[in-house]
Amino acid sequence: MHWRRLTANRLSFAALCALLVVVAAALLAPWVAPYDPDETDAAAALSSVSLHHPLGTDLYGRDQLSRLVHAARVDLLVALSATAVALGLGSTLGALAGYRGGWVDQLLMRAVDAVMAFPAFILAMGVTAALGNSTANVVAAIAITHVPIYTRLIRGEMLKVREMEYAEAARTVGNRPRQIVLVHLLPNCMPPLVVQATLAMGFAILTVAALSFIGLGIQPPQSEWGQMTAEGAGYVVSGEWWLVLFPGLAIMATVLAFNLIGDTLRDVLDPRMRGVR
Amino acid sequence: MTALLSVRDLSVQFVTDDGVVEALDTVSFDVRAGEILGVVGESGSGKSVTALAMLRLIRPPGHIVGGAVRFDGVDLLTVSEEQMRAVRGRSISMVFQSPRTALNPVLTVGRQIARLFALHQRASAPEAWRRALEMLVLVGIADPERRARQYAHQLSGGMCQRVMIAMALATAPRLLIADEPTTGLDVSIAAQVLELLRDLGRRTGAAIVLITHDLAVVAEVCDRVTVMHAGQLVEMADVRTLFARPLHPYTQALVRSIPRIDQDVTLEPIPGTVPSMLAPPPGCRYADRCPRVLDVCRRARPALLGAGPEHEVACYAVEQDVGVTVR
Amino acid sequence: MGFGGYVVRRLLLVVPTLIGVTIISFALTHLLPGNPALVKAGPLATPEVVQEIERSMGLDRPLPVQYWRYVSGLLHGDLGESASTGRPVLEDFRQRIPATLELTLASLLVAVGIGVPLGVLSAVHRDSVLDHVSRVLGVGGVAMPSFWTGLLLLYVFFYLLGVAPPPLGRLAADVTPPPRLTGLTVLDAALAGHGGALLSALHHLMLPALTLGFAVMAPLTRMVRATMLEILESDYVKAAWAAGLPRRRVVYGDALRNALIPVITVLGVIFGFLMAGNVVVEMVYAWPGLGHYAVTALVTKDPGPIQSFVLFVAVMYVFVNLAVDLLYGLADPRIRLR
Repeated sequence: MHWRRLTANRLSFAALCALLVVVAAALLAPWVAPYDPDETDAAAALSSVSLHHPLGTDLYGRDQLSRLVHAARVDLLVALSATAVALGLGSTLGALAGYRGGWVDQLLMRAVDAVMAFPAFILAMGVTAALGNSTANVVAAIAITHVPIYTRLIRGEMLKVREMEYAEAARTVGNRPRQIVLVHLLPNCMPPLVVQATLAMGFAILTVAALSFIGLGIQPPQSEWGQMTAEGAGYVVSGEWWLVLFPGLAIMATVLAFNLIGDTLRDVLDPRMRGVR
Repeated sequence: MTALLSVRDLSVQFVTDDGVVEALDTVSFDVRAGEILGVVGESGSGKSVTALAMLRLIRPPGHIVGGAVRFDGVDLLTVSEEQMRAVRGRSISMVFQSPRTALNPVLTVGRQIARLFALHQRASAPEAWRRALEMLVLVGIADPERRARQYAHQLSGGMCQRVMIAMALATAPRLLIADEPTTGLDVSIAAQVLELLRDLGRRTGAAIVLITHDLAVVAEVCDRVTVMHAGQLVEMADVRTLFARPLHPYTQALVRSIPRIDQDVTLEPIPGTVPSMLAPPPGCRYADRCPRVLDVCRRARPALLGAGPEHEVACYAVEQDVGVTVR
Repeated sequence: MGFGGYVVRRLLLVVPTLIGVTIISFALTHLLPGNPALVKAGPLATPEVVQEIERSMGLDRPLPVQYWRYVSGLLHGDLGESASTGRPVLEDFRQRIPATLELTLASLLVAVGIGVPLGVLSAVHRDSVLDHVSRVLGVGGVAMPSFWTGLLLLYVFFYLLGVAPPPLGRLAADVTPPPRLTGLTVLDAALAGHGGALLSALHHLMLPALTLGFAVMAPLTRMVRATMLEILESDYVKAAWAAGLPRRRVVYGDALRNALIPVITVLGVIFGFLMAGNVVVEMVYAWPGLGHYAVTALVTKDPGPIQSFVLFVAVMYVFVNLAVDLLYGLADPRIRLR
């Protein structure tokens, strides 16, 4: 039933297809890429779009298409890991806060408020700068900025469940906390969690791209879309446009796909969250 | 006697994602000068749509698809928007349901009344303000200078309704349409508001179209009543006749469903719900809920026929009772 | 006394938030890899010298004490020193803030100047071509990384069309800068009457402001549109129309006025996006502001400025949100007159 609604909306169907293409390209990168991404070719340096190099080459003659496809792995992996970590950590903290109440709740909520007092990207910058430039640290940084959303969400649901619990006979029967969580909490949380996580993927990609663009996070020789754009940035003023256009396009397409799918999921799964169209 | 306002064969449709909703189906009635006409029906019966259509306030996805609304001999559905604007708020005005949300929350109530004087009578600002205060006194609001400077959220529901009435009567209209003016108000406040309406109607000579789902309200103040069901007008009579001798099965069910203190009567709710007006079946829309339904009822719509002085009804079963051959 | 209570409550909220912010900032500065005493001592220092420096920097004290030293330092304006410029970070900030401020204000102007009318017109002419275009731009715009937008604009307007200046700073190299009054080059040039400098400054501000403004416009437009649509369906708009007010006046007077009030609340969030976007846009256009300073410091392994920058932005964000909340309370009579 829900699947029908999702595919009925042509736009989100297109988004889903596009996303599948990106994921497939990323997964199959070593086999899909026409060249080794690190292979240099001085003779073909800074050449524009052509049959040999569909997306052109950079200063060292490296094939941009191959680099793009390999970079997809990094971007998607980072986004996925960060979202998964944030989801897991945030939900646990939220459930803890909601269930325990009292000072545990207060402390966690103040911590969440403190984290949310920073614009997300700025905090990610700070954390990455503090921890050092590595993929793992970028994942940690992005995850930290996303945790508050899930914490608040789960805490809210947990509070509702707790209230229900007092009224229900379940209490007298002596349901254990785990049962409460599984039976009551999860089904209610699923829809908004799925929607949030999907939208968060888009934000995560934009964040890692921006961080890498300014030099934080993913370092060469690992390719990443934002970092590729940074490498190409200097050449825009002299007219080599392909180094900047394609990585940015990849970012935009992927983020757009996640956003559209997330919006459709929101409409389908949780009518309460529906905004004005 | 020529009517003040005459509605003929008014039909309104709404275009929705699920299809076309026929909200009003060739509704016809007259409003006479100085009278209080009640329009009664369940929610969804099209009462509010009728009111909005009379003032040409129906906007897309709603469309007036047929009929005429004659006021002073002119069909309002054919005049220009500018001419219509001259009528709205001046000759015909409207009081909305849920008074607090019908008042602008960021303007003082005094300003909201005063600007109508500035608009319709080109009054200067101080003149408009003075007259706004007069109106507040007229509708029975104490301490008008202070109240006029307050905002809607600072006034009680009853007071908001009085302010709405003040706005509606500001330019001494000849017709006032009141859409559920007492819904959501305390019983005692509601009684005061009704009293106010009747009193002001008499004093200014304005006719009032009172839209409500509450038959008790109708019994209290109306001179004549029209009964609507699912966008169709099913019965029209003067108030005494309607309560004493309701003819249409729907009206009868409505009257029966009023709880009464003086009689031992079993409360009988009307079975079923208002049918969907999305591609409705031809014929009478009460057919599925009617205890007296005939085959012909589902095929063709009954015409509104006279059943006595000041009494019209659209029902094949009634026609049959009287001996009119039913096709 | 309802509004007074609202103000006091709102002000009180600021304190724990600021404390939390400083705690996080402290944690970040103390997570920096490497021993700062070692860096300060230099590669030839003996372990005793390093220990001495550690003691003087308070690094041997328990964490809460270090935190307290950190906060009191902040309150005295001590944001550390920049290893690359050799100056106190606060000094560098003071020098760089006007550039960031100028860019932020100009971008805000672009975002509000284009975003709000677009949202209003979209709502008033719902489902028209304009509405669809604006919604597409909104959905698409949110997915476009701001550095990409900036670079594309550079390519089109600088390389292809030649109407924009090269991304080398705030003024053309051959233009004398106006006397520094506010630090906002455009304003200074205008005040001093330097037509040439004014034009050059505006010319250089153009693309960065458009880039950043466009990047933050989407949520603003979306909110304006949603609020306006809701209000256009409201009873008081219908009542005003029923009272004979011309439709245009009802829409652009009553409805709009009501719609702009909740929009104030989104300005706080917009500011957060602006600050985040600032960093990236300043890098793309080599705009000599705070973000550029903080990021380039990192490249030279100078960690102090970036954490100070993060703290600074967070503190600003807290106060901007405070101002927005208070402004909203003033604008809405339902809160002002409880």
